[in-house]
Amino acid sequence: MMDLSAINPILLLASLMVAATPILLAAIGELVVERAGVLNLGVEGMMITGAVCGFIVTINAGSPLLGFAGAALGGALLALVFGVLTQVLLSNQVATGLALTLFGLGFAALLGQGYIGIKAPVIPKWPVPVLSDIPVIGPILFNHDPVVYLGIAIIASVWAFLGYSRAGLILRAVGENHDAAHALGYHVIRVRLLAIMFGGACAGLGGAYLSLVRVPQWTEGLTAGAGWIALAIVVFASWRPWRLLLGAYLFGGVTVLQLNLQAAGMAIPVAYLSMAPYLATILVLVMMRAGRAPGSLAQSFHASR
Amino acid sequence: MIRLEKRTAPSRFWTYAAPLLAVVLTMVCGALVFAALGNDPFVTIRTIFWDPLFSEFSWYYRPQLLIKAAPLVLIAIGLSFGFRAGVWNIGAEGQYILGAICGAAVGLAFYPTESPFIFPLMVMAGALGGWAWAMIPGVLRVRFGTNEILVSLMLVYVAQNLLASMALGALRNPDASGFPGSRNLARYPSATSWINEGAGLHWGVVFALIAVIFAYITLSRHIFGFHVRLSGQSPRAARFAGVNPGLLVLICMGISGTLAGLAGLFEVAGPSGLISIDFNAGYGFTAIIVAFLGRLHPVGILLAAGLMALTYIGGEIAQSNLRLPAAAIQVLQGMLLFFLLAVDVLTHYRIRLTARGVA
Repeated sequence: MMDLSAINPILLLASLMVAATPILLAAIGELVVERAGVLNLGVEGMMITGAVCGFIVTINAGSPLLGFAGAALGGALLALVFGVLTQVLLSNQVATGLALTLFGLGFAALLGQGYIGIKAPVIPKWPVPVLSDIPVIGPILFNHDPVVYLGIAIIASVWAFLGYSRAGLILRAVGENHDAAHALGYHVIRVRLLAIMFGGACAGLGGAYLSLVRVPQWTEGLTAGAGWIALAIVVFASWRPWRLLLGAYLFGGVTVLQLNLQAAGMAIPVAYLSMAPYLATILVLVMMRAGRAPGSLAQSFHASR
Repeated sequence: MIRLEKRTAPSRFWTYAAPLLAVVLTMVCGALVFAALGNDPFVTIRTIFWDPLFSEFSWYYRPQLLIKAAPLVLIAIGLSFGFRAGVWNIGAEGQYILGAICGAAVGLAFYPTESPFIFPLMVMAGALGGWAWAMIPGVLRVRFGTNEILVSLMLVYVAQNLLASMALGALRNPDASGFPGSRNLARYPSATSWINEGAGLHWGVVFALIAVIFAYITLSRHIFGFHVRLSGQSPRAARFAGVNPGLLVLICMGISGTLAGLAGLFEVAGPSGLISIDFNAGYGFTAIIVAFLGRLHPVGILLAAGLMALTYIGGEIAQSNLRLPAAAIQVLQGMLLFFLLAVDVLTHYRIRLTARGVA
């Protein structure tokens, strides 16, 4: 029998923030990559590589902090493969991104072989002093593990970087019109490689959040399409950082609600409820009239002289 | 200093040599990975690429190659139309699942009647299921400008959940209590896709060859093939040539969905036999590698699917004989695609060594 009263709205909203964090991290990285004019469809591959790297480092070094650093490094290195292929060897970005996902899934499964069934250490919460004591808002917003805050901090800094810094302006110029940026003397390839590596690091962090906090253990295929949903949220957000946050929370909300309905014993079979996040993503993609994409998105740059 | 210089036309030599070079590079790097995993690299490479074809047990492995290659060819041929035209259907795996579900549902509905009409009906249902699933991203792109990559991919996860609910619910074998899966269609004479099980021959193999011929003629001799190629190379020029871009998207999605659905139907009615939770084995994704490895050319796809089937079967042998982890084969396949994309630069660019000058 279904018991909706078992669903606590405060806990629901708090877990919404947690559920949104991995996608939020991966999406903000991809947003920067796409603003630099590169479409990297390998988010899923980088996420799962980050997930396994983070898990292995955490188990062996015993420190989740080092684990997250390892995850970012792993994601960035895999992204560098994509960067070299698309920027230096001028391969097709769509095909290379897909290759990155296919390779990443296999590579992560290979690395994670000895780690199946091990439990990750619990990451303590960092309640913000004073603020977390506010009723209702406190437990929802200010009683989380540090990575949740980090995700929001990254969004804020990307927003500031893109809108208010010279380097951000150069990055946007490279993404809007790489030929003009090149003519002005900016290093298109260097900027793009750095953006791609940042995207990989963020996807890696997102993946590690799944394997270390959300699940929290290593299983093959554990990202289950989160990387693709991150890509969808970038389109939803029209390449703007704060709208990304909204998209991630919307998605997190659907995920959490779906899980809660499963737990509450809703009459709909589990398999249909599990479809909800993916269907919601499609719905959002259809309803949103996407803003204008960066001008040079997914085009290879080759200085012809 | 190394500099890339764009060729005026793609190099003929490298068009053919690049995939071969990619295979060689993959073997070298694969050997290094196998060595790192503690396997003898030479024995492992021989087991994967040589033993399925020429060892003393090859009489058993050769039919297996046919079984693995058939769905890859079918799906990759379908994808190649869209990929040439810039229509990115990444969700063939979902269309493959839907083809299997729809086809199997028709077959199971007639159980245990015997009639020569049942199998053709299943084929139609399978094709229709795959087509309909592919039409969702197609129509959404044409009507709302939605990104077909993301929608088709999201639908893979939806299809997987649908598969699970079918295997546990509507299509579950009522005679086998507790076993999560449907009746075995391969044991149902009117519904099986096997022609000769011992030789690895089923209707999917026949359809795969037909698809290759059909695609070859369409792409090289028919105006539609010209429009597909034109749209990929220059969408603007295609518009002036009278191509309706929306219709082209729908046709490309339709072809790939139909062929993926057929592949799923032939698989469920033959080699796999039944609908179960883990029915899909990733053919829809591997077919993407096959399509690119075969240069989106029908004959190339045929050869590429053969090679990919070899890594599957060889990988299974290496798994049982040498204890090579299954994921190592997936890594090998991924590397193959990486190297192919990397060496492709030689097809379109000349490498020039120049003295470092002012940039």
